Amino acid sequence: MTSQHARSTTAQILPDEPARLEVAGVKVSYNGHLALNDLSFQVAHGARLAVVGPNAAGKTTLFKALVGLIPLKSGHIQIHGQPLGHHQDCVAYVPQREEVDWRFPVTVYDVVMMGRFGQQGLLQRPSPSDREMVMNSLEQLGIADLAERAIGELSGGQQQRVFLSRALAQNPHILLMDEPFTGVDFTTQEAALDLLEHLQSEQVTAMVSTHDLTLASERFDQVLLLNKRMIAYGSPQEVFTPQNLSRAFGSQVLFLDGVAVVDQCCPPEDEFE
Amino acid sequence: MEILDALLTPLSYTFIQRGLLAALMVGVLCSVIGCYVVLRSMAFLGDAMAHAVLPGVAVAYLLGRNLTLGALVAALVVALGVGLFSRKGMVKEDTAIGVLFAAALSLGVVLISSIRTYAVDLSHILFGNVLGVSSLDLWLTAIIGSIILVSILLFYRQFLVVSFDPVLAATLRMRVGLFNNLLLVLLALTIVISMQTVGVGLVAAMLVTPAATAYLLVRRLPTMMLVSGFIGGFSSLVGLFASYHLNVASGAAIVLTTTLIFLLVFLFAPQKGLVWDLARR
Repeated sequence: MTSQHARSTTAQILPDEPARLEVAGVKVSYNGHLALNDLSFQVAHGARLAVVGPNAAGKTTLFKALVGLIPLKSGHIQIHGQPLGHHQDCVAYVPQREEVDWRFPVTVYDVVMMGRFGQQGLLQRPSPSDREMVMNSLEQLGIADLAERAIGELSGGQQQRVFLSRALAQNPHILLMDEPFTGVDFTTQEAALDLLEHLQSEQVTAMVSTHDLTLASERFDQVLLLNKRMIAYGSPQEVFTPQNLSRAFGSQVLFLDGVAVVDQCCPPEDEFE
Repeated sequence: MEILDALLTPLSYTFIQRGLLAALMVGVLCSVIGCYVVLRSMAFLGDAMAHAVLPGVAVAYLLGRNLTLGALVAALVVALGVGLFSRKGMVKEDTAIGVLFAAALSLGVVLISSIRTYAVDLSHILFGNVLGVSSLDLWLTAIIGSIILVSILLFYRQFLVVSFDPVLAATLRMRVGLFNNLLLVLLALTIVISMQTVGVGLVAAMLVTPAATAYLLVRRLPTMMLVSGFIGGFSSLVGLFASYHLNVASGAAIVLTTTLIFLLVFLFAPQKGLVWDLARR
Protein backbone atom coordinates (compact mmCIF):
# COMPACT_ATOMS: atom_id res chain seq x y z
CA MET A 1 0.00 0.00 0.00
CA THR A 2 2.65 2.51 1.06
CA SER A 3 4.86 1.82 -1.94
CA GLN A 4 1.94 2.14 -4.32
CA HIS A 5 0.95 5.39 -2.78
CA ALA A 6 4.50 6.69 -3.01
CA ARG A 7 4.69 5.71 -6.67
CA SER A 8 1.54 7.54 -7.65
CA THR A 9 2.77 10.66 -5.85
CA THR A 10 6.15 10.55 -7.59
CA ALA A 11 4.51 10.08 -10.95
CA GLN A 12 2.65 13.27 -10.37
CA ILE A 13 5.80 15.19 -9.53
CA LEU A 14 7.96 13.94 -12.41
CA PRO A 15 7.70 16.69 -15.02
CA ASP A 16 8.73 14.60 -18.05
CA GLU A 17 6.03 11.99 -17.43
CA PRO A 18 2.72 13.08 -19.01
CA ALA A 19 -0.27 12.55 -16.74
CA ARG A 20 -2.45 9.65 -17.78
CA LEU A 21 -5.48 11.86 -17.83
CA GLU A 22 -5.57 15.59 -18.22
CA VAL A 23 -8.75 17.67 -18.07
CA ALA A 24 -8.22 21.33 -18.92
CA GLY A 25 -10.79 24.13 -18.80
CA VAL A 26 -13.65 21.76 -19.60
CA LYS A 27 -17.15 23.21 -19.90
CA VAL A 28 -20.14 21.02 -20.67
CA SER A 29 -23.64 22.35 -21.08
CA TYR A 30 -26.76 20.28 -20.99
CA ASN A 31 -30.24 21.58 -21.90
CA GLY A 32 -28.88 25.13 -21.81
CA HIS A 33 -27.47 24.75 -18.28
CA LEU A 34 -23.80 24.48 -17.49
CA ALA A 35 -23.37 20.99 -16.05
CA LEU A 36 -19.61 21.36 -15.69
CA ASN A 37 -17.87 24.68 -15.52
CA ASP A 38 -14.20 25.32 -16.09
CA LEU A 39 -13.01 21.99 -14.76
CA SER A 40 -9.25 21.39 -14.76
CA PHE A 41 -7.33 18.57 -13.10
CA GLN A 42 -4.76 15.89 -13.81
CA VAL A 43 -4.70 12.27 -12.73
CA ALA A 44 -1.38 10.43 -12.50
CA HIS A 45 -0.53 6.83 -13.45
CA GLY A 46 -2.41 4.22 -11.48
CA ALA A 47 -4.09 6.64 -9.12
CA ARG A 48 -7.28 5.75 -7.31
CA LEU A 49 -9.52 8.77 -7.39
CA ALA A 50 -12.90 9.18 -5.71
CA VAL A 51 -15.24 11.70 -7.29
CA VAL A 52 -17.51 13.13 -4.61
CA GLY A 53 -20.26 15.72 -4.76
CA PRO A 54 -23.97 16.28 -4.19
CA ASN A 55 -26.66 15.00 -6.56
CA ALA A 56 -26.55 16.66 -9.97
CA ALA A 57 -23.01 17.88 -9.27
CA GLY A 58 -21.95 16.68 -12.71
CA LYS A 59 -20.31 13.37 -11.75
CA THR A 60 -22.08 11.31 -14.41
CA THR A 61 -21.65 14.18 -16.88
CA LEU A 62 -17.91 14.21 -16.21
CA PHE A 63 -17.68 10.46 -16.83
CA LYS A 64 -19.69 10.63 -20.01
CA ALA A 65 -17.50 13.49 -21.23
CA LEU A 66 -14.44 11.35 -20.45
CA VAL A 67 -15.65 8.54 -22.72
CA GLY A 68 -16.54 11.03 -25.46
CA LEU A 69 -20.30 10.61 -25.15
CA ILE A 70 -21.00 14.27 -24.53
CA PRO A 71 -19.42 17.05 -26.57
CA LEU A 72 -17.34 19.62 -24.71
CA LYS A 73 -18.40 23.24 -24.96
CA SER A 74 -14.83 24.29 -24.43
CA GLY A 75 -11.58 22.93 -23.01
CA HIS A 76 -9.97 19.61 -23.80
CA ILE A 77 -9.38 16.14 -22.41
CA GLN A 78 -6.11 14.35 -23.08
CA ILE A 79 -5.10 10.79 -22.33
CA HIS A 80 -1.39 9.98 -22.44
CA GLY A 81 -0.90 13.50 -23.81
CA GLN A 82 -3.17 12.82 -26.78
CA PRO A 83 -6.75 13.91 -27.45
CA LEU A 84 -9.68 11.65 -26.63
CA GLY A 85 -10.32 9.01 -29.24
CA HIS A 86 -6.66 8.41 -30.13
CA HIS A 87 -6.47 5.38 -27.91
CA GLN A 88 -9.01 2.72 -28.71
CA ASP A 89 -10.40 0.83 -25.75
CA CYS A 90 -8.39 2.94 -23.39
CA VAL A 91 -11.31 3.81 -21.15
CA ALA A 92 -13.76 1.38 -19.57
CA TYR A 93 -16.99 2.62 -18.04
CA VAL A 94 -19.10 0.81 -15.46
CA PRO A 95 -22.57 2.36 -15.69
CA GLN A 96 -24.99 2.98 -12.84
CA ARG A 97 -27.24 -0.01 -12.31
CA GLU A 98 -30.36 1.93 -13.31
CA GLU A 99 -28.92 2.64 -16.75
CA VAL A 100 -28.84 -1.01 -17.78
CA ASP A 101 -31.78 -2.82 -19.40
CA TRP A 102 -31.79 -5.94 -17.24
CA ARG A 103 -34.58 -7.53 -19.30
CA PHE A 104 -32.37 -7.76 -22.40
CA PRO A 105 -31.82 -11.43 -23.39
CA VAL A 106 -28.08 -11.72 -22.79
CA THR A 107 -26.14 -14.03 -20.50
CA VAL A 108 -23.39 -13.00 -18.11
CA TYR A 109 -20.85 -14.44 -20.56
CA ASP A 110 -22.35 -12.40 -23.45
CA VAL A 111 -22.08 -9.15 -21.51
CA VAL A 112 -18.46 -9.71 -20.52
CA MET A 113 -17.57 -10.78 -24.08
CA MET A 114 -18.83 -7.38 -25.25
CA GLY A 115 -15.83 -5.93 -23.46
CA ARG A 116 -13.63 -7.75 -26.00
CA PHE A 117 -15.43 -6.45 -29.10
CA GLY A 118 -13.18 -3.40 -29.24
CA GLN A 119 -10.12 -5.59 -29.81
CA GLN A 120 -11.78 -7.57 -32.57
CA GLY A 121 -11.98 -6.55 -36.20
CA LEU A 122 -15.29 -5.72 -37.86
CA LEU A 123 -16.04 -9.26 -38.98
CA GLN A 124 -13.67 -11.21 -36.73
CA ARG A 125 -14.99 -13.92 -34.43
CA PRO A 126 -13.94 -14.08 -30.76
CA SER A 127 -10.57 -15.83 -30.50
CA PRO A 128 -9.61 -18.44 -27.86
CA SER A 129 -7.65 -15.74 -26.04
CA ASP A 130 -10.77 -13.55 -25.94
CA ARG A 131 -12.68 -16.44 -24.38
CA GLU A 132 -9.91 -17.07 -21.89
CA MET A 133 -9.84 -13.40 -20.92
CA VAL A 134 -13.61 -13.42 -20.38
CA MET A 135 -13.42 -16.51 -18.17
CA ASN A 136 -10.51 -15.04 -16.20
CA SER A 137 -12.42 -11.82 -15.56
CA LEU A 138 -15.46 -13.80 -14.44
CA GLU A 139 -13.31 -15.87 -12.09
CA GLN A 140 -11.61 -12.83 -10.67
CA LEU A 141 -14.97 -11.48 -9.54
CA GLY A 142 -16.18 -14.88 -8.39
CA ILE A 143 -19.05 -15.23 -10.84
CA ALA A 144 -17.65 -17.83 -13.26
CA ASP A 145 -20.38 -20.28 -12.21
CA LEU A 146 -23.02 -17.76 -13.33
CA ALA A 147 -21.65 -17.44 -16.89
CA GLU A 148 -24.67 -19.02 -18.60
CA ARG A 149 -27.31 -17.23 -16.51
CA ALA A 150 -29.42 -14.42 -17.97
CA ILE A 151 -28.48 -11.09 -16.40
CA GLY A 152 -32.07 -10.46 -15.33
CA GLU A 153 -31.96 -13.51 -13.01
CA LEU A 154 -29.09 -12.20 -10.89
CA SER A 155 -29.06 -10.34 -7.59
CA GLY A 156 -28.06 -6.67 -7.54
CA GLY A 157 -24.56 -7.43 -6.29
CA GLN A 158 -24.03 -10.12 -8.91
CA GLN A 159 -25.22 -7.75 -11.63
CA GLN A 160 -22.71 -5.15 -10.47
CA ARG A 161 -19.95 -7.76 -10.63
CA VAL A 162 -20.88 -8.66 -14.22
CA PHE A 163 -20.14 -5.11 -15.28
CA LEU A 164 -16.96 -5.04 -13.22
CA SER A 165 -15.74 -8.17 -15.01
CA ARG A 166 -16.61 -6.63 -18.35
CA ALA A 167 -14.52 -3.58 -17.48
CA LEU A 168 -11.67 -5.91 -16.54
CA ALA A 169 -12.01 -7.81 -19.84
CA GLN A 170 -11.67 -4.52 -21.70
CA ASN A 171 -8.12 -4.31 -20.40
CA PRO A 172 -8.43 -0.56 -19.87
CA HIS A 173 -5.89 2.08 -18.96
CA ILE A 174 -8.54 4.13 -17.25
CA LEU A 175 -11.53 2.70 -15.42
CA LEU A 176 -14.57 4.85 -14.66
CA MET A 177 -17.17 3.57 -12.21
CA ASP A 178 -20.38 5.47 -11.63
CA GLU A 179 -21.77 4.89 -8.12
CA PRO A 180 -20.69 1.24 -7.95
CA PHE A 181 -21.33 1.05 -4.21
CA THR A 182 -24.93 2.25 -4.23
CA GLY A 183 -27.34 -0.48 -3.22
CA VAL A 184 -24.92 -3.41 -3.35
CA ASP A 185 -24.08 -5.92 -0.64
CA PHE A 186 -20.90 -5.83 1.40
CA THR A 187 -19.29 -8.73 -0.54
CA THR A 188 -19.75 -6.94 -3.84
CA GLN A 189 -18.39 -3.70 -2.41
CA GLU A 190 -15.30 -5.53 -1.19
CA ALA A 191 -14.97 -7.32 -4.55
CA ALA A 192 -15.04 -3.94 -6.28
CA LEU A 193 -12.44 -2.48 -3.91
CA ASP A 194 -10.22 -5.55 -4.33
CA LEU A 195 -10.49 -5.14 -8.08
CA LEU A 196 -9.39 -1.52 -7.76
CA GLU A 197 -6.35 -2.58 -5.75
CA HIS A 198 -5.49 -5.27 -8.29
CA LEU A 199 -5.84 -2.80 -11.15
CA GLN A 200 -3.70 -0.25 -9.37
CA SER A 201 -0.90 -2.80 -9.24
CA GLU A 202 -1.20 -2.95 -13.02
CA GLN A 203 -1.00 0.83 -13.33
CA VAL A 204 -4.65 1.24 -14.24
CA THR A 205 -6.10 4.60 -13.26
CA ALA A 206 -9.48 4.37 -11.56
CA MET A 207 -12.05 7.11 -11.08
CA VAL A 208 -15.03 6.19 -8.93
CA SER A 209 -17.98 8.38 -8.08
CA THR A 210 -19.48 7.73 -4.68
CA HIS A 211 -21.79 9.16 -2.07
CA ASP A 212 -19.90 7.44 0.70
CA LEU A 213 -17.50 9.99 2.19
CA THR A 214 -16.04 7.48 4.63
CA LEU A 215 -15.26 5.04 1.87
CA ALA A 216 -13.77 7.83 -0.23
CA SER A 217 -11.45 8.92 2.56
CA GLU A 218 -10.44 5.43 3.70
CA ARG A 219 -10.01 3.54 0.43
CA PHE A 220 -8.88 6.14 -2.10
CA ASP A 221 -5.60 7.98 -2.62
CA GLN A 222 -7.18 11.11 -3.94
CA VAL A 223 -10.53 12.84 -3.90
CA LEU A 224 -12.08 15.21 -6.40
CA LEU A 225 -14.80 17.26 -4.74
CA LEU A 226 -17.19 18.47 -7.38
CA ASN A 227 -20.22 20.70 -7.61
CA LYS A 228 -20.51 21.84 -11.22
CA ARG A 229 -16.98 23.21 -10.77
CA MET A 230 -14.04 21.81 -8.89
CA ILE A 231 -14.26 22.53 -5.17
CA ALA A 232 -11.11 20.73 -4.09
CA TYR A 233 -8.70 18.07 -5.34
CA GLY A 234 -6.02 16.24 -3.40
CA SER A 235 -5.58 13.67 -0.68
CA PRO A 236 -8.69 12.92 1.43
CA GLN A 237 -7.16 14.82 4.37
CA GLU A 238 -6.65 17.91 2.26
CA VAL A 239 -10.06 17.76 0.59
CA PHE A 240 -12.43 16.80 3.39
CA THR A 241 -12.25 19.99 5.43
CA PRO A 242 -15.43 21.52 6.87
CA GLN A 243 -14.99 24.52 4.58
CA ASN A 244 -14.74 22.44 1.40
CA LEU A 245 -17.66 20.22 2.37
CA SER A 246 -19.84 23.26 3.05
CA ARG A 247 -18.92 24.70 -0.31
CA ALA A 248 -19.78 21.46 -2.10
CA PHE A 249 -22.87 20.34 -0.24
CA GLY A 250 -24.25 23.67 1.08
CA SER A 251 -26.99 23.15 3.62
CA GLN A 252 -26.91 19.38 3.09
CA VAL A 253 -23.88 19.12 5.36
CA LEU A 254 -24.07 19.24 9.16
CA PHE A 255 -21.18 19.30 11.59
CA LEU A 256 -21.74 17.38 14.77
CA ASP A 257 -18.82 17.33 17.21
CA GLY A 258 -16.34 17.79 14.41
CA VAL A 259 -17.86 15.02 12.29
CA ALA A 260 -19.34 15.98 8.95
CA VAL A 261 -22.73 14.46 8.21
CA VAL A 262 -24.05 14.80 4.70
CA ASP A 263 -27.77 14.44 4.22
CA GLN A 264 -28.48 12.76 0.89
CA CYS A 265 -31.79 11.13 1.36
CA CYS A 266 -32.71 10.72 -2.25
CA PRO A 267 -31.26 8.35 -4.79
CA PRO A 268 -29.04 10.09 -7.32
CA GLU A 269 -31.01 11.31 -10.27
CA ASP A 270 -29.53 10.49 -13.58
CA GLU A 271 -28.37 13.76 -14.95
CA PHE A 272 -29.03 12.77 -18.51
CA GLU A 273 -32.41 11.19 -18.66
CA MET B 1 -56.14 -38.40 -47.02
CA GLU B 2 -58.59 -35.53 -46.85
CA ILE B 3 -56.17 -33.48 -44.79
CA LEU B 4 -53.40 -34.18 -47.26
CA ASP B 5 -55.71 -33.17 -50.07
CA ALA B 6 -56.56 -29.95 -48.27
CA LEU B 7 -52.85 -29.18 -48.03
CA LEU B 8 -51.87 -30.22 -51.53
CA THR B 9 -54.75 -28.97 -53.67
CA PRO B 10 -53.94 -25.28 -53.26
CA LEU B 11 -50.29 -25.98 -54.07
CA SER B 12 -51.16 -26.98 -57.62
CA TYR B 13 -51.78 -23.31 -58.49
CA THR B 14 -48.68 -21.27 -59.35
CA PHE B 15 -50.06 -18.09 -57.83
CA ILE B 16 -50.57 -19.88 -54.54
CA GLN B 17 -47.05 -21.31 -54.64
CA ARG B 18 -45.69 -17.80 -55.16
CA GLY B 19 -47.90 -16.45 -52.39
CA LEU B 20 -46.70 -19.14 -49.99
CA LEU B 21 -43.05 -18.47 -50.73
CA ALA B 22 -43.52 -14.71 -50.35
CA ALA B 23 -45.45 -15.11 -47.09
CA LEU B 24 -42.83 -17.51 -45.74
CA MET B 25 -39.94 -15.16 -46.51
CA VAL B 26 -41.70 -12.10 -45.15
CA GLY B 27 -42.83 -13.97 -42.04
CA VAL B 28 -39.29 -15.07 -41.21
CA LEU B 29 -37.79 -11.69 -42.03
CA CYS B 30 -40.24 -9.61 -40.00
CA SER B 31 -39.85 -11.93 -37.04
CA VAL B 32 -36.05 -11.86 -37.05
CA ILE B 33 -35.64 -8.08 -37.30
CA GLY B 34 -38.65 -7.84 -34.99
CA CYS B 35 -36.42 -9.02 -32.13
CA TYR B 36 -34.67 -5.64 -32.25
CA VAL B 37 -38.02 -3.87 -32.60
CA VAL B 38 -39.23 -5.54 -29.40
CA LEU B 39 -36.00 -5.18 -27.42
CA ARG B 40 -35.53 -1.53 -28.37
CA SER B 41 -39.23 -0.67 -27.88
CA MET B 42 -39.59 0.42 -31.50
CA ALA B 43 -43.01 -1.15 -32.15
CA PHE B 44 -44.80 2.19 -32.46
CA LEU B 45 -42.05 3.54 -34.74
CA GLY B 46 -42.38 0.47 -36.96
CA ASP B 47 -46.12 1.02 -37.19
CA ALA B 48 -45.61 4.68 -38.16
CA MET B 49 -43.07 3.72 -40.82
CA ALA B 50 -45.48 1.18 -42.22
CA HIS B 51 -48.28 3.71 -42.55
CA ALA B 52 -45.92 6.22 -44.17
CA VAL B 53 -45.72 3.75 -47.03
CA LEU B 54 -49.18 4.84 -48.09
CA PRO B 55 -48.40 8.43 -49.17
CA GLY B 56 -45.05 7.16 -50.48
CA VAL B 57 -46.77 4.79 -52.88
CA ALA B 58 -49.24 7.48 -53.96
CA VAL B 59 -46.54 10.08 -54.62
CA ALA B 60 -44.43 7.56 -56.53
CA TYR B 61 -47.49 6.70 -58.65
CA LEU B 62 -48.22 10.39 -59.37
CA LEU B 63 -44.59 10.96 -60.39
CA GLY B 64 -44.58 7.78 -62.44
CA ARG B 65 -41.77 6.25 -60.37
CA ASN B 66 -41.26 2.81 -58.90
CA LEU B 67 -43.85 2.20 -56.15
CA THR B 68 -41.53 0.13 -53.96
CA LEU B 69 -38.89 2.85 -54.04
CA GLY B 70 -41.49 5.47 -53.14
CA ALA B 71 -42.63 3.35 -50.20
CA LEU B 72 -39.05 2.91 -48.98
CA VAL B 73 -38.22 6.62 -49.17
CA ALA B 74 -41.42 7.57 -47.33
CA ALA B 75 -40.76 5.07 -44.52
CA LEU B 76 -37.26 6.48 -44.05
CA VAL B 77 -38.47 10.10 -44.15
CA VAL B 78 -40.87 9.35 -41.28
CA ALA B 79 -38.13 7.59 -39.28
CA LEU B 80 -35.78 10.54 -39.76
CA GLY B 81 -38.61 12.99 -39.01
CA VAL B 82 -39.22 11.30 -35.67
CA GLY B 83 -35.51 11.63 -34.93
CA LEU B 84 -35.59 15.32 -35.85
CA PHE B 85 -38.67 16.19 -33.77
CA SER B 86 -37.50 14.33 -30.68
CA ARG B 87 -33.95 15.63 -30.92
CA LYS B 88 -32.70 17.18 -27.67
CA GLY B 89 -35.95 16.17 -25.98
CA MET B 90 -38.02 18.99 -27.57
CA VAL B 91 -40.90 16.56 -28.12
CA LYS B 92 -41.04 13.09 -26.56
CA GLU B 93 -40.36 10.33 -29.08
CA ASP B 94 -43.71 8.56 -28.86
CA THR B 95 -45.48 11.92 -29.22
CA ALA B 96 -43.45 12.72 -32.34
CA ILE B 97 -44.33 9.28 -33.73
CA GLY B 98 -48.02 9.86 -32.98
CA VAL B 99 -48.00 13.17 -34.85
CA LEU B 100 -46.21 11.84 -37.93
CA PHE B 101 -48.08 8.54 -37.97
CA ALA B 102 -51.49 10.20 -38.26
CA ALA B 103 -50.18 12.77 -40.73
CA ALA B 104 -48.70 10.12 -43.02
CA LEU B 105 -51.84 7.99 -42.97
CA SER B 106 -54.08 11.00 -43.70
CA LEU B 107 -51.84 12.24 -46.48
CA GLY B 108 -51.89 8.78 -48.00
CA VAL B 109 -55.67 8.58 -47.91
CA VAL B 110 -56.02 12.09 -49.39
CA LEU B 111 -53.59 11.39 -52.20
CA ILE B 112 -54.94 7.97 -53.08
CA SER B 113 -58.59 9.03 -53.00
CA SER B 114 -57.77 11.95 -55.31
CA ILE B 115 -56.16 9.69 -57.92
CA ARG B 116 -59.26 8.45 -59.73
CA THR B 117 -57.39 6.40 -62.26
CA TYR B 118 -55.32 4.63 -59.65
CA ALA B 119 -55.33 0.98 -60.48
CA VAL B 120 -54.18 -0.40 -57.13
CA ASP B 121 -56.88 -0.83 -54.54
CA LEU B 122 -56.16 0.92 -51.24
CA SER B 123 -57.20 -2.17 -49.36
CA HIS B 124 -54.42 -4.15 -51.06
CA ILE B 125 -51.80 -1.86 -49.56
CA LEU B 126 -53.53 -1.82 -46.18
CA PHE B 127 -54.24 -5.52 -45.84
CA GLY B 128 -52.00 -7.14 -48.41
CA ASN B 129 -52.80 -9.25 -51.43
CA VAL B 130 -50.60 -12.25 -51.10
CA LEU B 131 -52.16 -14.11 -54.02
CA GLY B 132 -51.30 -11.27 -56.38
CA VAL B 133 -47.53 -11.70 -55.93
CA SER B 134 -45.81 -11.68 -59.33
CA SER B 135 -42.61 -13.60 -59.95
CA LEU B 136 -40.75 -10.26 -60.13
CA ASP B 137 -42.12 -9.40 -56.66
CA LEU B 138 -40.93 -12.77 -55.45
CA TRP B 139 -37.40 -12.21 -56.74
CA LEU B 140 -37.33 -8.71 -55.24
CA THR B 141 -38.45 -10.09 -51.87
CA ALA B 142 -35.81 -12.83 -52.01
CA ILE B 143 -32.97 -10.44 -52.88
CA ILE B 144 -33.88 -7.68 -50.41
CA GLY B 145 -34.65 -10.30 -47.77
CA SER B 146 -31.20 -11.87 -48.18
CA ILE B 147 -29.55 -8.45 -47.89
CA ILE B 148 -31.42 -7.81 -44.65
CA LEU B 149 -30.61 -11.21 -43.12
CA VAL B 150 -26.94 -11.04 -44.12
CA SER B 151 -26.64 -7.53 -42.61
CA ILE B 152 -28.18 -8.72 -39.36
CA LEU B 153 -25.73 -11.63 -39.21
CA LEU B 154 -22.70 -9.59 -40.30
CA PHE B 155 -23.26 -6.72 -37.87
CA TYR B 156 -24.64 -8.89 -35.07
CA ARG B 157 -22.13 -7.61 -32.51
CA GLN B 158 -22.60 -3.97 -33.46
CA PHE B 159 -26.40 -4.14 -33.35
CA LEU B 160 -26.23 -6.05 -30.05
CA VAL B 161 -23.98 -3.53 -28.29
CA VAL B 162 -25.67 -0.46 -29.76
CA SER B 163 -29.05 -1.81 -28.61
CA PHE B 164 -28.03 -3.13 -25.20
CA ASP B 165 -25.47 -0.57 -24.10
CA PRO B 166 -24.91 2.53 -26.27
CA VAL B 167 -22.42 3.85 -23.70
CA LEU B 168 -20.19 0.81 -24.16
CA ALA B 169 -20.58 1.15 -27.92
CA ALA B 170 -19.27 4.71 -27.62
CA THR B 171 -16.31 3.71 -25.46
CA LEU B 172 -15.48 0.96 -27.98
CA ARG B 173 -15.58 3.68 -30.67
CA MET B 174 -18.40 1.96 -32.52
CA ARG B 175 -20.36 4.24 -34.81
CA VAL B 176 -23.52 4.34 -32.71
CA GLY B 177 -25.41 6.74 -35.01
CA LEU B 178 -24.43 4.81 -38.13
CA PHE B 179 -25.66 1.47 -36.81
CA ASN B 180 -28.87 2.95 -35.40
CA ASN B 181 -29.61 4.40 -38.83
CA LEU B 182 -28.66 1.16 -40.58
CA LEU B 183 -31.14 -0.67 -38.40
CA LEU B 184 -33.83 1.85 -39.38
CA VAL B 185 -33.04 1.32 -43.07
CA LEU B 186 -33.25 -2.47 -42.67
CA LEU B 187 -36.55 -2.04 -40.84
CA ALA B 188 -37.90 0.18 -43.62
CA LEU B 189 -36.85 -2.38 -46.24
CA THR B 190 -38.57 -5.15 -44.29
CA ILE B 191 -41.78 -3.14 -44.06
CA VAL B 192 -41.76 -2.34 -47.77
CA ILE B 193 -41.39 -5.92 -48.89
CA SER B 194 -44.09 -6.97 -46.41
CA MET B 195 -46.53 -4.56 -48.03
CA GLN B 196 -47.89 -7.11 -50.45
CA THR B 197 -48.27 -10.10 -48.13
CA VAL B 198 -49.55 -8.77 -44.82
CA GLY B 199 -50.17 -5.13 -45.77
CA VAL B 200 -48.99 -2.01 -43.98
CA GLY B 201 -51.88 -2.13 -41.51
CA LEU B 202 -50.70 -5.42 -40.08
CA VAL B 203 -46.94 -5.48 -40.61
CA ALA B 204 -46.37 -4.03 -37.13
CA ALA B 205 -48.00 -7.16 -35.68
CA MET B 206 -45.57 -9.39 -37.61
CA LEU B 207 -42.69 -7.27 -36.31
CA VAL B 208 -43.79 -7.59 -32.71
CA THR B 209 -45.83 -10.73 -31.98
CA PRO B 210 -43.41 -13.54 -33.00
CA ALA B 211 -40.48 -11.77 -31.32
CA ALA B 212 -42.50 -11.15 -28.15
CA THR B 213 -43.41 -14.85 -28.14
CA ALA B 214 -39.80 -15.94 -28.58
CA TYR B 215 -38.73 -13.59 -25.78
CA LEU B 216 -40.87 -15.58 -23.36
CA LEU B 217 -39.12 -18.82 -24.34
CA VAL B 218 -35.38 -18.09 -24.47
CA ARG B 219 -32.63 -16.18 -22.70
CA ARG B 220 -30.21 -15.27 -25.50
CA LEU B 221 -30.63 -13.02 -28.52
CA PRO B 222 -29.44 -15.50 -31.20
CA THR B 223 -31.90 -18.17 -30.03
CA MET B 224 -34.59 -15.52 -29.73
CA MET B 225 -34.05 -14.67 -33.41
CA LEU B 226 -34.16 -18.35 -34.43
CA VAL B 227 -37.31 -19.13 -32.46
CA SER B 228 -38.98 -15.91 -33.58
CA GLY B 229 -38.14 -16.59 -37.25
CA PHE B 230 -39.54 -20.09 -36.93
CA ILE B 231 -42.79 -18.86 -35.35
CA GLY B 232 -43.12 -16.17 -38.04
CA GLY B 233 -42.55 -18.60 -40.92
CA PHE B 234 -44.84 -21.24 -39.43
CA SER B 235 -47.63 -18.70 -38.83
CA SER B 236 -47.36 -17.46 -42.40
CA LEU B 237 -47.87 -20.95 -43.80
CA VAL B 238 -50.67 -21.87 -41.42
CA GLY B 239 -52.34 -18.48 -41.87
CA LEU B 240 -52.21 -18.69 -45.63
CA PHE B 241 -53.77 -22.17 -45.74
CA ALA B 242 -56.43 -21.01 -43.30
CA SER B 243 -57.19 -17.98 -45.46
CA TYR B 244 -57.52 -20.21 -48.54
CA HIS B 245 -59.95 -22.60 -46.89
CA LEU B 246 -61.96 -20.05 -44.90
CA ASN B 247 -61.84 -17.49 -47.68
CA VAL B 248 -60.63 -14.63 -45.45
CA ALA B 249 -57.91 -11.97 -45.93
CA SER B 250 -54.48 -13.61 -45.84
CA GLY B 251 -52.66 -10.93 -43.83
CA ALA B 252 -55.26 -11.02 -41.08
CA ALA B 253 -55.20 -14.83 -40.98
CA ILE B 254 -51.39 -14.82 -40.62
CA VAL B 255 -51.44 -12.24 -37.83
CA LEU B 256 -54.19 -14.08 -35.95
CA THR B 257 -52.16 -17.30 -36.15
CA THR B 258 -49.11 -15.63 -34.52
CA THR B 259 -51.41 -14.12 -31.91
CA LEU B 260 -52.77 -17.56 -31.08
CA ILE B 261 -49.23 -18.90 -30.66
CA PHE B 262 -48.37 -15.90 -28.48
CA LEU B 263 -51.34 -16.56 -26.24
CA LEU B 264 -50.48 -20.25 -25.90
CA VAL B 265 -46.89 -19.41 -24.97
CA PHE B 266 -47.98 -16.65 -22.61
CA LEU B 267 -50.17 -19.17 -20.79
CA PHE B 268 -47.95 -22.24 -20.91
CA ALA B 269 -44.32 -21.09 -21.31
CA PRO B 270 -41.99 -23.11 -19.07
CA GLN B 271 -41.57 -21.28 -15.74
CA LYS B 272 -42.83 -17.90 -16.97
CA GLY B 273 -46.31 -19.00 -18.12
CA LEU B 274 -49.40 -17.53 -16.46
CA VAL B 275 -50.92 -20.99 -15.88
CA TRP B 276 -47.93 -22.23 -13.82
CA ASP B 277 -48.04 -18.97 -11.91
CA LEU B 278 -51.66 -19.52 -10.97
CA ALA B 279 -51.06 -23.20 -10.21
CA ARG B 280 -48.31 -22.30 -7.74
CA ARG B 281 -50.60 -20.10 -5.66
